[in-house]
Amino acid sequence: MANKGILIVAVSQRASLPPATFELVTAGRRLADTLKEPLAAVVLSEKAAALAEDLAACGVDKVYAVEHPSLANFIGPVHAQAAAAVALKEGFGKVLLVSNVAGRALAGQLAVRLKAGLAADVCEILPDGKVLRPYFSGNLIASVEFKSPVAVMALAPMSFPRAEAGAAKGTVVPVAFDPGSPKIQFVSYQPEAANEIDLGGAERIVSGGRGLQSEEGFKPLRALAQLLGAAVGASRAAVDSGWIAYRSQVGLTGRSVRPKLYIAVGISGQIQHLAGMSSSGTIVAINTDKDCPLMQMASIAVVADYNEFIPLVIDEVKKRKGSTAVAA
Amino acid sequence: MGMNIVVCVKSTPSSVNVPVDAATGQPKTAGTPTAINPYDEFAVEEAVRLKERIPGSTATVLTLGPDGAADVLREAIARGCDGGVHVSGPEFDGGDSYSTSLALCAALKKLHAEKPLSLVLFGKNTNDGCSGVVGAETAAWLDWPEVSSVKKIEAVDESSVTVHRAMEDGTDVLKLSLPACLATVKEINEPRLPSLKGKMAAKKAVFPKWAAADLGLTAAQVGASGAAAKIVKAAGQPPRPAGLTVAGASAAEKAKKLVDILFERKLI
Ligand SMILES: Cc1cc2nc3c(=O)[nH]c(=O)nc-3n(C[C@H](O)[C@H](O)[C@H](O)COP(=O)(O)OP(=O)(O)OC[C@H]3O[C@@H](n4cnc5c(N)ncnc54)[C@H](O)[C@@H]3O)c2cc1C
Repeated sequence: MANKGILIVAVSQRASLPPATFELVTAGRRLADTLKEPLAAVVLSEKAAALAEDLAACGVDKVYAVEHPSLANFIGPVHAQAAAAVALKEGFGKVLLVSNVAGRALAGQLAVRLKAGLAADVCEILPDGKVLRPYFSGNLIASVEFKSPVAVMALAPMSFPRAEAGAAKGTVVPVAFDPGSPKIQFVSYQPEAANEIDLGGAERIVSGGRGLQSEEGFKPLRALAQLLGAAVGASRAAVDSGWIAYRSQVGLTGRSVRPKLYIAVGISGQIQHLAGMSSSGTIVAINTDKDCPLMQMASIAVVADYNEFIPLVIDEVKKRKGSTAVAA
Repeated sequence: MGMNIVVCVKSTPSSVNVPVDAATGQPKTAGTPTAINPYDEFAVEEAVRLKERIPGSTATVLTLGPDGAADVLREAIARGCDGGVHVSGPEFDGGDSYSTSLALCAALKKLHAEKPLSLVLFGKNTNDGCSGVVGAETAAWLDWPEVSSVKKIEAVDESSVTVHRAMEDGTDVLKLSLPACLATVKEINEPRLPSLKGKMAAKKAVFPKWAAADLGLTAAQVGASGAAAKIVKAAGQPPRPAGLTVAGASAAEKAKKLVDILFERKLI
């Protein structure tokens, strides 16, 4: 039997679907239309039935809801068992996941179970079935061809627009699941500080570097970020100085991000930093040194001292927000 | 009660700022010095720390790669590992994560048969391939439990290990039964430098070299023939469009101009 159809594997995190899941729907729909094949999804969650409705509303033809308490927190082999059962039974040819911590590990587990080639961090799917993904730490782009009947692709968040609920609504099919006796037990979860926006899925990021001079320097940056609904990022120099947590580091040894807007303040733009953010849409650099690499590669460069400049930007945005709020 | 730990490492280019070879369409890495993949350094350090924590334990470093890759085995021994195994042969060339993990699985099974393993550690990803999936794939072949993104190994006993996993939105604590595979992240430790004693041991070390046949695999199952995906072409990052500089007599004027542009382009 030839493998056919596209399967989105949706993993809930803290009882909701990560926004990047809806990017998979856009990518999957495009693939399905090109190949003239059906688009399906499998939701793995303790709340799968409800979450499946959200995907069906976005036009996924058929959504398998695997609802089970063992799927409340990501456990690689358990989630893989549930997803592989659906994928193998229906013989899907393409499996899409989000390239985040859970999605990558699950992609690896599934590739073996489905005897499939795997590409992680996919940023583009070409009409001929090849995919593009960064490698060599972001310095190069690989064009990957699958040799196996099944292809597993983990898509880099922010690479495709998010699908929204539309006219065509798919069907939801409940699927029974027995995890057996898993060799991994979930013990507990410690959330990050509340209302922190995750870098990976952020549309806007305000990032600070050694130029901020101290932990204090991040205060105006955080204020600007909050005003813009942006996540806060940092260079390694700022992280190593102890001004901000490692989880905020952007670059080679930190996170890879591709927001629509990346504002780099007091960051010189060494290659290891660029490795994590050069795929951003618009890059704004604010720096006292007009010749540093980041100012050279930026979409918009501003020569300024952040101490003086950021508060002025905050004032300007506030003025504008005030007027658009009235207009809207 | 000691435990046998294996850490999987890869020899990768020490600079990943490499051009594309126009003739082959592949990265031009010939001549670039190689080193232990930077992310694997954390896994090596953790293996050595575990060994030191639990008396009677061993830490073995395992690599799959060409002849020169033996250097990373020596590096890991200089940093405290006890011995190494080199999986090597022309049949392994051109592998992807699928065929590489199958070979690693076979090598681990062979080691496990010699003396039972408790833990297998991996780095987060390599700096060249950047897939970050070999740990999960190897574990799937072995059918051993696996957790990726491990930032802390909390407790270990004869039958289980408790780990902290760095998630996008916080930290998960998970308990795995042994044997298990763990892929580590940078936060887990600060790697030590090689010691003099370690360097001496590394110089003297000899490693078993295993070809596919030694692992019970055929040449067709490994390397490019066993791969399920292939990189057909490499390209540089597309050039970014030329930027503009916001000019102005004062910081206030520049701030106004910048915010104007961002609103015009609907970026904020
Ligand atoms: C193996 C390896 C991995 C690495 N991984 C990463 C990584 O993941 N991420 C990362 O970021 N780095 C990484 N680095 C480090 C990287 O090489 C740089 O050291 C680091 O990015 C520099 O950070 P920075 O730009 O904040 O600091 P600097 O290079 O010191 O730049 C500070 C900038 O601030 C500007 N400035 C000073 N005062 C002001 C002011 N008042 N207002 C405005 N601007 C001001 C300066 O002009 C300068 O451009 C890595 C390095 C290695 C070797």
